[in-house]
Amino acid sequence: MSDVRLEGIYKRFGDNIALENVDLNLKDQEFFVLLGPTGAGKTTALRVIAGLEKQDRGHVYLDGETVDSVQPADRDVAFVFQQYSLYPSMSVYDNLAFPLRSPLRQTPEDEIKRRVTGAAEILRITHLLERKTARLSGGEMQRVSIGRAIVREPRIFLMDEPLSNLDAKLRESLRVELKHIQKTQGSTTLFVTHDQIEALTVADRIAVLQDGRIVQVGTPHDIYDRPANTFVAQLVGTPRINLVSAARTDGGLRVVGSDMTLPAPLTSNGKMPEKVMIGVRPEDIRPGSGEHRGQLALVEPLGVETILHIKTGEVTLVSVVAGVPFYRLGDPIAFALATERLHYFDNDGKRV
Amino acid sequence: MTAVPSNPNAVPTPGAPNVNVNFSTRVDKVSRGARWTRNVRAVIIIIIALIMLIPTVWMAMTAFKSRPDAVAVPPKVFFEPSLEGFVSLLTNRRQLTATEIAEYQARTDLAWADQIALVRGQTIIGPSDFPRQLLNSLIIAGVSTIFSVGFGVLAAYAFSRFPVPGKDDLLFFILSQRMLPPVVVTIPIFLMYRQVGLYDTHFGMILLYTAFNLSFSVWLLKGFIDEIPREYEEAAMVDGYTRLQAFRKIVLPQATTGIAATTVFTLIFSWNEYAFALMLTSDVARTAPPSIPLVLGTGGIEWAAIAAGSLAFLIPVVIVTFLLRKHLLRGVTFGAIRKG
Amino acid sequence: MANIDLVNVEKKFGDVFAVKPLNLSIKEGEFIVFLGPSGCGKTTTLRMISGLEAVTDGNILLNQRDVTWLHPSERDIAFVFQFFALYSHMSARENIAFPLQAAQTPRDEVKQRVAQVAKMLRIDHLLDRKPGALSGGDQQRIALARALVRRPAAFLMDEPLGALDAEYRESMRAEIKRLHLDIGATTVYVTHDQVEAMAMSDRIVIMSAAVVQQVGTPTEVYNNPANLFVARFIGSPGMNLLKGTYQAGAIHLPGDNRYPVSPAWQRTLDHHLPGNGAVIVGFRPEAVQLNPEGELNASVYADDLHGGYSMLHLELTKGEVIHARAGREVHMNIGAPARFEIVPERVRFFHPETELAIPLPEGSATR
Repeated sequence: MSDVRLEGIYKRFGDNIALENVDLNLKDQEFFVLLGPTGAGKTTALRVIAGLEKQDRGHVYLDGETVDSVQPADRDVAFVFQQYSLYPSMSVYDNLAFPLRSPLRQTPEDEIKRRVTGAAEILRITHLLERKTARLSGGEMQRVSIGRAIVREPRIFLMDEPLSNLDAKLRESLRVELKHIQKTQGSTTLFVTHDQIEALTVADRIAVLQDGRIVQVGTPHDIYDRPANTFVAQLVGTPRINLVSAARTDGGLRVVGSDMTLPAPLTSNGKMPEKVMIGVRPEDIRPGSGEHRGQLALVEPLGVETILHIKTGEVTLVSVVAGVPFYRLGDPIAFALATERLHYFDNDGKRV
Repeated sequence: MTAVPSNPNAVPTPGAPNVNVNFSTRVDKVSRGARWTRNVRAVIIIIIALIMLIPTVWMAMTAFKSRPDAVAVPPKVFFEPSLEGFVSLLTNRRQLTATEIAEYQARTDLAWADQIALVRGQTIIGPSDFPRQLLNSLIIAGVSTIFSVGFGVLAAYAFSRFPVPGKDDLLFFILSQRMLPPVVVTIPIFLMYRQVGLYDTHFGMILLYTAFNLSFSVWLLKGFIDEIPREYEEAAMVDGYTRLQAFRKIVLPQATTGIAATTVFTLIFSWNEYAFALMLTSDVARTAPPSIPLVLGTGGIEWAAIAAGSLAFLIPVVIVTFLLRKHLLRGVTFGAIRKG
Repeated sequence: MANIDLVNVEKKFGDVFAVKPLNLSIKEGEFIVFLGPSGCGKTTTLRMISGLEAVTDGNILLNQRDVTWLHPSERDIAFVFQFFALYSHMSARENIAFPLQAAQTPRDEVKQRVAQVAKMLRIDHLLDRKPGALSGGDQQRIALARALVRRPAAFLMDEPLGALDAEYRESMRAEIKRLHLDIGATTVYVTHDQVEAMAMSDRIVIMSAAVVQQVGTPTEVYNNPANLFVARFIGSPGMNLLKGTYQAGAIHLPGDNRYPVSPAWQRTLDHHLPGNGAVIVGFRPEAVQLNPEGELNASVYADDLHGGYSMLHLELTKGEVIHARAGREVHMNIGAPARFEIVPERVRFFHPETELAIPLPEGSATR
């Protein structure tokens, strides 16, 4: 296993700048997640590390050495694609064995057998080894894809949204398995996704990509509790964070479009900013009692918790509470905000 | 569930089919009316197909007719089959003198072909040029197809996967070559070939056909290769294969449908090609198309012979297409994650 | 506004059932969701209601009118597709007007209705754009507008949020629900995402392998799942399910755990369980309460942050891991011992062979 470093990577496709000044530093055995919406450049970053794309500027280091001019085959990285990665005319066993049979590796057959059956056991697909891949379900196919990467025992695993095409339930279970496998095998993994729950649950560290630039790197807690800007704040957390504009008045910040006044943050130089964006996470809005008033616009019961849409003035705030509270649509509602957990952002969206 | 009370204002139920619908189909396609329409349409299509086949069938029949039958008016559907046409096509004969005819008629050891020739007062002196020309067609069309498809698939792959500078322009350039009527350039090519010594050579014809087919082959194959997800060969490359190995082991097997289709099309073009064959060959490398119409006998046009020649000419292509039919018809299924 | 009745509706392909005989009464104005994994038959059922798929047996009634063999266009329903199915060469306005023009509605009326619907969905500023240039969320709004403008008796929606990015799904979900509250039209909605089903529906029809597993309100299917499939499928993650042996008033669970059963449940269990006392105990992650003096013990297998809360994975014994929901500040080391309790009203029991839920004892609180 090894560490991976990206330094100042720049890559463009025609008019589209896919990656701009990207620096990344993965530690050995880390489960590192690249999170961002579609088109943010995450897949490009992965492909640059694998050697499937050549960057325009910048360097890629594997184990401290530059690999900029090294062919993908020689970089010793394993790539798990989102789809279309299994060879349809071969059995599962042959698919798993394929990387080991390459002219580069020339592994003896008994070694191949050992690794293939080992990987099949870890992924619980031993019963599928003789089947043709065309007859597998979506979840089974992705397990085989991951198995193909595991047999290689590579320096690093690169995974490009491997779970995105699967049903919600399958994603949940495979996600936990993946994390468990990574921890027990100790494999350095770079995992790309647009699903923030996936990122929060599996990652040791997350890097958030926005339009080809890295805007924040940190542990799941860092990203969730101290988002660097409004983009990151809105990206993680379900339901999404509430963002409202507020302007300075006497005694605090007045939320635009309602008559709520919230306390101002203490900035480092003691001055209160003129205009801010305030972020409140749904779980930090506590309905039932409090100084603010609103009306219940929508109720979404999820069983374990209930999402309440509270309309106050022009602004609708989304709150989430445990269990099933006793409210009806249209009821007037009082609520409080956990003021110590408010997030403040300036006009550019950066954290204050 | 309790029975639903009948509503006096209810619209009467449209006719439910009395057939088992255990396949995927829209509601209106199942009714009696829809099935009847489907059957009528099928019958009409079959009739039209049969009508389309008539010229070919007629030609095949004519190949086996005797000379008088071939030109009979009204046309003869039922006739006594004869191999006269084939004999005319495949052999060179000379007229016999009257005494020779009598002599030959007395003999009992004549080969069947000689017997047929004797009916018209001729004897066989050797094979005609046709078999050799047919062979030339096979060689020239076959080899040029192999080259066009072989180079074509490599070029198509490059166009599909690599950022070739000026790719769009090059592709259009390639496609536009298809718009050129070959006839227009026969004279210049004739002059060039004469100069270089390629006139009437197999190599010259192969070279020419390959050049003309390459454009179509690249264009067609690129479409098929575009459909093959890059992830397949990228996975192989990351796993330790060079691009060429990945191409051979992964892309080519996936592209068989496209290659089969392209092979059939380029073969048909080269096989049927007339203008260049006529102008740029005379003897050594002459192919079948220009020579079939020249199968003229003394004393009238030998329709049976021409039909026989056309039939013989038709058969190789039919065989190739038949052999490749599975590839042409097979839907390509890519092993991928299924959605729902 | 319509009620829809499905009477013994089934769909077979050869000898294989895609949908086994299904009976359902959908009330006027109800938002009903067909929920299940891929291939369970939910989309096929929806398509049979619409007429895009013919039934192999059974009847479909719309307002007591038998429509089983009517052409889709004659059923007065509107279909919203997962991949929008918008006409890319027409502007948004033309797309929305299309069905009205097909019905030969007078021009002025078309204009008025299109404007009204566009306002409702807040796409009036996009009417002259072509759909291809717009975001997924906006495209789906146009598709919804096209369905709405017809004022049909019922709306049929086939995973309309499936093709949208996660950020749009949440807001579009709330919008569709709000729309339903405003208009009150009967809506049949298909999805594989149980969060969507729970959030939006009046009733959920859960299907698996061509069979209806349970029909009920979100609260019903969440708190009282009819069988193991529903228990696992609803909830994220699903219910914790442990195999145990019931004996002398208590259940022996993995990891040397002994769970005492209340007298009320004891009687029911005595009645329903097989002779060998095998039973499956179910409880949701939020019913687990960490307590140093708790009756049950396990060790920490993993913990992850889910944003506003943490999920602890507790291993009772090798291979038996349960999930427990805890506050976000909770963090435990892997391997640390954890003692816990289960909230008594939240426990459910299942028959190990039939997989059916064991009915609640008389008079117990059905939360």
